[in-house]
Amino acid sequence: MNLVFRLAWRNLWRHPRRTWLTTGAMVFSNILLVFMMSLQFGMYSLMIDNSLQIFTGHMQVQAPGYKDDQKMRQIVPDIVPLANEIRDELKSERVAARGWAFALASSEDRSFGIGVYGVEPEFEARVSNIPGLVSSGRYLTENNAAEIVIGTVLARNLRVEIGDELTLLGSGVDGSFAAAVVDIVGIFESGVTDIDRNIAEIPLGIFQDTFFMEGAGHQIVVVVDALDVVPEVQASVRSVLPVSSNLVVPDWDEMMPGLKQAIQADIGSSFFMYFILVVLVSFSVLNTQLMSVLERTREFGIVMALGLRPGKLGRLVLLETAMMGLIGTVLGAAAGAILTSWFTTNGLAFPGMDEMAAQFNLPARMFPQINLLTLLAGPAIVFMFTMLAAIYPAVRLRWQNPVDAMRVA
Amino acid sequence: MHLFGILLRLAWRNLWRNHRRTIIMLGAIGVGVWAMIFMTALTRGMVDQMITDSIGVLPGHVQMHHPDYRDDPSISNRVSISDAALNEKFDDADFEAWASRVRVPAVITSERESRGVTLLGVDPAAERDISFFDYDEVEGRFLESASDQGIVIGKRLAETLETEIGKRIVLMSQDPENDIADRGFRIVGLYSANTKAIEQAYAYIGKTTAQKMLRVDDATTEVVFLGEDYRNVEPVYEAVTSAVDDTVLVQRWFDIDTYLGTMLGVMDGFVLVWVVVIFLALSFGLVNTLVMAVFERVREIGLMLALGMKPASILGQILIESMFLLALGLAVGNFLAWATIVPLQDGIDISVVAEGMEMWGASSMLYPKLYASDMILASGVVLLLGFLASLSPAWRASRYEPVEAITKV
Repeated sequence: MNLVFRLAWRNLWRHPRRTWLTTGAMVFSNILLVFMMSLQFGMYSLMIDNSLQIFTGHMQVQAPGYKDDQKMRQIVPDIVPLANEIRDELKSERVAARGWAFALASSEDRSFGIGVYGVEPEFEARVSNIPGLVSSGRYLTENNAAEIVIGTVLARNLRVEIGDELTLLGSGVDGSFAAAVVDIVGIFESGVTDIDRNIAEIPLGIFQDTFFMEGAGHQIVVVVDALDVVPEVQASVRSVLPVSSNLVVPDWDEMMPGLKQAIQADIGSSFFMYFILVVLVSFSVLNTQLMSVLERTREFGIVMALGLRPGKLGRLVLLETAMMGLIGTVLGAAAGAILTSWFTTNGLAFPGMDEMAAQFNLPARMFPQINLLTLLAGPAIVFMFTMLAAIYPAVRLRWQNPVDAMRVA
Repeated sequence: MHLFGILLRLAWRNLWRNHRRTIIMLGAIGVGVWAMIFMTALTRGMVDQMITDSIGVLPGHVQMHHPDYRDDPSISNRVSISDAALNEKFDDADFEAWASRVRVPAVITSERESRGVTLLGVDPAAERDISFFDYDEVEGRFLESASDQGIVIGKRLAETLETEIGKRIVLMSQDPENDIADRGFRIVGLYSANTKAIEQAYAYIGKTTAQKMLRVDDATTEVVFLGEDYRNVEPVYEAVTSAVDDTVLVQRWFDIDTYLGTMLGVMDGFVLVWVVVIFLALSFGLVNTLVMAVFERVREIGLMLALGMKPASILGQILIESMFLLALGLAVGNFLAWATIVPLQDGIDISVVAEGMEMWGASSMLYPKLYASDMILASGVVLLLGFLASLSPAWRASRYEPVEAITKV
């Protein structure tokens, strides 16, 4: 065994340039794969987190059909006690009740139609990042104060400042005329124009009074620590719901199907590119190994004539390839890890990226996330394809007649 | 010239001395070039579709507004040029289409629900080519004239409002004095669009009707112009800017929709990066092949040098061999790309990830676009970089010492 090993190693370095060029192709692809995958998966988790953090949360308790229609009548009755029960059951504070209504917001100068959320001031900050994005003034504090927090763009369009009054006009849950006058206490800036223009938040108490909700609301948002516990928590939330109710608990994927699909589409196209890269590397390996076998035809003929079985020679070729593959894998993964960790600390940005990133609730600078999967998946696949590429040159030896082989010029 | 002919023949014959190696390398180059062009065609198709979908319609290629309108889209910020003056200026101009309209935010209320919409007061005759739906495919009917008394809304909005054709809704907006301007309308038609979001967003009424409702005589808030090609909007832009003064703001589509504008630029960058990455993966194999080809022929090259062939001819011979290889590979790759893209030009159905593509702003059918310029770019990059990569092995071959080379075993 030791002999075969030494033989393979020496054969590998008969043409150092060739070996290095072939390993170079592997190292190049491995660096690229490690870096791109780290970047991608870092981006996906950020995309999910950021999108869900704004409003959606990981799951919500809603009336059936609410996620599609958002109608006033699709209510969750006695929402505050129910939210409390869920908090007790999950032993988590990251649960908040909300109402949502469409209303015409009027200042002295302007009127705009906006979506008004009624939120629990005490809990909203634990499920949404809007409270943390208040850039001037403060967030809501009391459940029964006639106050409102609006987005920067809306504030500009309505020509209002903190301390000004806004009139909200809309229709209540029973279709009757609903109106409220509220003071602007805070202005938030999420950076997403649609949110900063179209959303306002008022305390749930005021919301329920204004829109004649009689204790009801529209959604209870639940946030959990990690995506993989969602199904489990979903089940415990369901167990708390009153038996007679027909409330449903959609998870984030049901509420925002676009998010997962955008990720899938991106994975699909990038895997096509990775695949091409890996195929090109295997062509390189195939070429090198075939050449290295062909140029040794006479040598192989002699050792076969001396009694070495072709199977053993085939294993020798595979062993050479495996050694070369290992060098490429180790060097590539190491170099990929170094490159990626540099970007992990310094971040990556290219011109135009901030525009693209904003579309998906991403920051303007991206930080790849390196982990065992992103570090090893690419190099492992490259190694596998390297071995596959060596099969033809190795198997070819079986059909070799020793006498003919020795005669090759 | 005679010498060049000999070199060509030598290079061509040398190329086929080791036909296995040449064929494997041709396969690698073919696959690489195919992937370059195929992937490029897919992304081009996607971006083209995104842009024609979103600017070939409503927004047009060039828009004219009051300078403050974009930040404060209110009826107070009207275009200073009257419709009569606009007609005089642009009726003879060489645009594909142009239209002036009233576009303001409004609130639409049915008996059940209310929602915010963008109110469009249009002249149906002028907007036919700028509309994102076909007038004939509107359920019910589209507006018949600028003074039509009906309203046309999206199907999805009708569902949300729980209303239908023939029913009445109330539209509420502001007049220039900031007083509420409202009016009842009978729904005469429902349009469909690519996305639910668009079906929720726009409500169409006649332009004159809108002007009466908002009490603005014959003023409008937006004028749009459509040219022949979204990639070349300068002629339209020039024609419009030269006809107006600076009381209005004229903008191109990429000034307005910066996401799409950036997307176009980023995609051009992406295409180049992708082509170069694939080439780098190929280059290892290419250099390897040449190094081996030279190595096998050391004695022969030494002999040619000893017989008086100039080193420059050796260099040229190797370079020509490399160019032959690349040119053949390019032919294979370009043909493969053409042969795979043409059958797909009727569109690839990717509706499984439709909502995800909607997040990107793309539609659920992908139409690959094969541009001659992309094929030329890919081929040019491969030839140029391939030439540079071949220089080193060719240079080394031409520098052999004849005596040493001949005696080399």
